[in-house]
Amino acid sequence: MSGNKFVLLHEQDNVIVCCQAAYLGEAITIANDELTLNTDVTVGHKVACRAIQKGEQILKYGVPIGSATDDIEKGQHVHLHNMKSDYIASHTRHSVSGD
Amino acid sequence: MQGYLRSNGKKGIRNTVVVAYLVECAHHVARTIVNKSNNQDIQLIGFPGCYPNNYALSMMTKLCTHPNVGGVLLVSLGCEGFNREHLSEAISQSGRPVSTLVIQNNGGTKNTIDKGVQEAAAMLEQISSCPVVDMTVDELVIGTICGGSDGTSGISANPAVGKCFDRLITQNATCIFEETGELVGCEQIMAQRAESKDLADKLVSCVIKAEKYYTKMGYGSFAPGNAEGGLTTQEEKSMGAYAKSGGSLINGIIKPGEEPHKKGLFLMDVVPDGDPKFGFPNISDNQEIIEMIASGAHITLFTTGRGSVVGSAISPVIKICANPETYKNLSDDMDINAGSIIEGQKTVEQVGDEIFDLIVRIASGEQSKSEQMGHQEFLLTYKTFDSIGPACLN
Repeated sequence: MSGNKFVLLHEQDNVIVCCQAAYLGEAITIANDELTLNTDVTVGHKVACRAIQKGEQILKYGVPIGSATDDIEKGQHVHLHNMKSDYIASHTRHSVSGD
Repeated sequence: MQGYLRSNGKKGIRNTVVVAYLVECAHHVARTIVNKSNNQDIQLIGFPGCYPNNYALSMMTKLCTHPNVGGVLLVSLGCEGFNREHLSEAISQSGRPVSTLVIQNNGGTKNTIDKGVQEAAAMLEQISSCPVVDMTVDELVIGTICGGSDGTSGISANPAVGKCFDRLITQNATCIFEETGELVGCEQIMAQRAESKDLADKLVSCVIKAEKYYTKMGYGSFAPGNAEGGLTTQEEKSMGAYAKSGGSLINGIIKPGEEPHKKGLFLMDVVPDGDPKFGFPNISDNQEIIEMIASGAHITLFTTGRGSVVGSAISPVIKICANPETYKNLSDDMDINAGSIIEGQKTVEQVGDEIFDLIVRIASGEQSKSEQMGHQEFLLTYKTFDSIGPACLN
């Protein structure tokens, strides 16, 4: 029943987007596939829906939105800690990612 | 819908008096005139710089002669570089009442405030006789902006605005989307929607200009809250932001203060030309809102995920909340709950229709949430553009 907590925006995407808070260990069914969350996830955040290798492009909306800076497991949160922009570094209040 | 008919045939959906300071030194006096007037239709705008700037003069001229503005009170210290005579003349030629109060010639702060309060009230009375006539959707100019975006913006509120834009364009209205720094990464996709090959090339070049500008400044158009809300990169944010433009043909590029020369969909290039000189192009969303208003926008559609609460002077802002959790938290500030798309209760098309219907109601005089809350933000800073005027219309 957790399937609709996430949305796959494009069939080619390797990430799905959280529409409702989900939790560590939760099983997600999406596009006839299953994955288990290895962290809590809040609304708007991305989770890998398949294994992604370091250097591989992250695809959302069917287009690249950056690339992986580390190997990413299926079910893992995809964010500043394991991907970067291919254009301009992203800043938070405390750090810079993707320089 | 009905509108206030101006002498050039354009129609406004509000009838305001703006009190405009022409240098920071006159800001307090102008602000106090507005505060003491305590009337929603007497609003504060202004430019803080002492040195003259063509962009600022052009922007102030466009804003003071916007269809939603009925009359103007200019407040000058007296020694600043702003060409108040040029501005006053342009306002006067537009058929609007204009008065200039020079603080140094009016006995200082207190006397100027007293005189300003009287003049603003008299002007509001004077413009109440402005003819009110029928107005149709094709006469509307609608802008869109996103602010405080998060991972929900690009899948709910932004595509819903895109659907609304498509419907507006079908009905022959004029729509403006903007912030080329937030289109970095989707320039090629956008270029496919250009009405001509020449325009396609120009769309790509103005996004490349933005990328160079932001790279030189060292920051993209990406705030910490974007990352907290699930967005990781500039290009990811861009794809979401781009969705606001809908699917219609793109008919041209305008710069701030230029009015679209025909109906349809226009990209506003808000990034200054040349090397970075005066700082970031969008130090706050409100300057971009003001830039679209200077290009004629009657209403701005503002999508937000994290929860921006702003409005604007001159033209109403409609706030469309992308994130259902934010909507619950800030519902007093939000006009439309696009979070219902995230929760699976409504479709993007349904919310697009809701936005369209609200535009018609707001244009007919209903107050948006930010108007009800008294938000009348205004920001204008120095910028430079290679050409401002009809020459660079596409």
